[in-house]
Amino acid sequence: MPTVDLAEVKLRDLNGALHKLPRDTNETHWVITNPGGKHAIACGVNLPLTIEVEGHVGYYCGGMNSDATIIIEGNAGVGVAENMMSGEVRVKGDASQAAGATGRGGLLVIEGNASARCGISMKGIDIVVKGSIGSMSAFMAQSGNLVVLGNAGEALGDSIYEARLFVRGSVASLGADCIEKTMGAEDRAALEAVLEKAELTEVSADDFKLYGSARRLYHFHVDNVDAY
Amino acid sequence: MTVQDPSPQDLPAAAPHRTLPRYSATFDPHTISEIQRAAATGIYDIRGGGAKRKLPHFDDLLFLGASISRYPLEGYREKCGTNVVLGTRFAKTPIELKIPVTIAGMSFGALSGPAKEALGRGASASGTSTTTGDGGMTAEEREHSRTLVYQYLPSRYGMNPEDLRKADAIEVVVGQGAKPGGGGMLLGQKISPRVAKMRDLPEGIDQRSACRHPDWTGPDDLEIKIEELRELTDWEKPIYVKVGASRPYYDTALAVKSGADVVVLDGMQGGTAATQDVFIENVGLPILAAIRPAVQALQDLGMHRKVQLIVSGGIRTGADVAKALALGADAVAIGTAALIALGDNDPRLEDEYRKLGTTAGAYDDWHEGRDPAGITTQDPVLAARLDPVKAGRRLANYLAVLTLECQTIARACGKSHVHNLEPEDLVALTVEAAAMAGIPLAGTNWIPGKF
Repeated sequence: MPTVDLAEVKLRDLNGALHKLPRDTNETHWVITNPGGKHAIACGVNLPLTIEVEGHVGYYCGGMNSDATIIIEGNAGVGVAENMMSGEVRVKGDASQAAGATGRGGLLVIEGNASARCGISMKGIDIVVKGSIGSMSAFMAQSGNLVVLGNAGEALGDSIYEARLFVRGSVASLGADCIEKTMGAEDRAALEAVLEKAELTEVSADDFKLYGSARRLYHFHVDNVDAY
Repeated sequence: MTVQDPSPQDLPAAAPHRTLPRYSATFDPHTISEIQRAAATGIYDIRGGGAKRKLPHFDDLLFLGASISRYPLEGYREKCGTNVVLGTRFAKTPIELKIPVTIAGMSFGALSGPAKEALGRGASASGTSTTTGDGGMTAEEREHSRTLVYQYLPSRYGMNPEDLRKADAIEVVVGQGAKPGGGGMLLGQKISPRVAKMRDLPEGIDQRSACRHPDWTGPDDLEIKIEELRELTDWEKPIYVKVGASRPYYDTALAVKSGADVVVLDGMQGGTAATQDVFIENVGLPILAAIRPAVQALQDLGMHRKVQLIVSGGIRTGADVAKALALGADAVAIGTAALIALGDNDPRLEDEYRKLGTTAGAYDDWHEGRDPAGITTQDPVLAARLDPVKAGRRLANYLAVLTLECQTIARACGKSHVHNLEPEDLVALTVEAAAMAGIPLAGTNWIPGKF
């Protein structure tokens, strides 16, 4: 099990080593110590590795991840797991802004709170936040599921497309074209599947409300001009 | 715009003692039609193309060919180099192009698949690069582009790390000349199943492209974003930063500070697939006014020629190319001109343009997807009209002409490489152009604002 001490090893050497691993590598479990808030730790990994980061990370940790499971034993800076393609990123602490931004697949679990713009422009990723999320989350969210066990800040889902937002707590306000929807069987199944993937089987889907697009702004009409 | 009053023969016989109708210079026929259209529809005009108003441009500059004080090179005999190397600052694998003219980013979605293929074919045949756009990388453009620059855009449509790794360079798009500060709009009629799938959006809806990157908020974040892109691609590929010309000195300086290998500066004459007419015509700077401040920023930072500068926005001729290089650019990019070379607005299609309520040379409703040339459309029947091999050949011919024209001017100025052109080779015809380009008014030593 390789252990990389970022107090001693350069980030470039770590990421370069991760990118050079052959597909049949036996070195599938990595531990990164002393991350020290460095940016772009383990970004662009494209193998089914398990990477444990023992501490706080800076921007874009696990960015554009494919296949890997990345566990952050601390807080994460801006854009954790941004544009993730597949795999899993789990933040044991809190996450800063734009967590899971533009993510296309995989699972992002934030065990603490997430800041503003969580899931902004998400495109297929599943995001689970055990705590609360900040304002303008899921802005222009295109697809995927955002599951929030706590509360959501202002302007949730502004200008949303086809993403589904499940919130267990309160919502400060909804953004343009975002409405509360009736949770159908398909929505419920999707929610339960995400909760199961996130290992939150004790949480009931009954406790959540579903928010999504009213689809009024999919085509411009002057009568909706106040929404812009 | 010059307003042509109605001629007497176009009008009914005038009553005695009545004056002929006369158009207002303020409320000219185009303005009146816009007011009428706005009143009928309740939305601003969206169109493609670039600015149509008369703007200060390279036409306002002239070269000083060599005589006694400078010694010319022999045309068609003495070598005049045209190659350009981009990305020499940090990238392990800089790009070398044979000519200093590149193809600007234009999206699959805005353009048809055959059009993207033709751009790749023409650029590759000429030894230069082409660029993806807001919609992701298509297999056909990667296949047919020897050197392909991947645009990393605010919308992140179709963005994935594999395409970043397949690219030869990455262009972080912060702004576009036709709409600095604005996002894009691809109307629903162009959202084919393939376009919708690439962009993770439902078919047929109007697609809004974001005006700012979702996961960063300013130059400090840009620096970290560039670091991420470099880490992801193992520091191999040049990183470009593209800005719309509005505050060129500061934007260039901040792009350099953020770690850019190449700065791309797009003037307001630059084209767009679809955006608000009011934006196209009223926001940003003409490229003539933007080059010198950008070059000044590079010089002040000691980075001129170390961080390369590509300029775009209304480049049409080899003279434009030469003037841009003389003002300090390392290369230029063409968009609208490349589409015209492929066959856009071809007069042979005049009958079909008329059916669309326009004429060859003025067609700009690229967002409607009904382009009879098969270029700015996703209609498979229309798109099939464009032969990518023939269109690519036309583009290669045009690129050759731009290069030959640039070379012949450079030789006349005594330069053995087009990059040896310099501001001292130029004079301005107008006070405005002299001030904007920072070169003397013709026949004087006067540079407005400097001496």
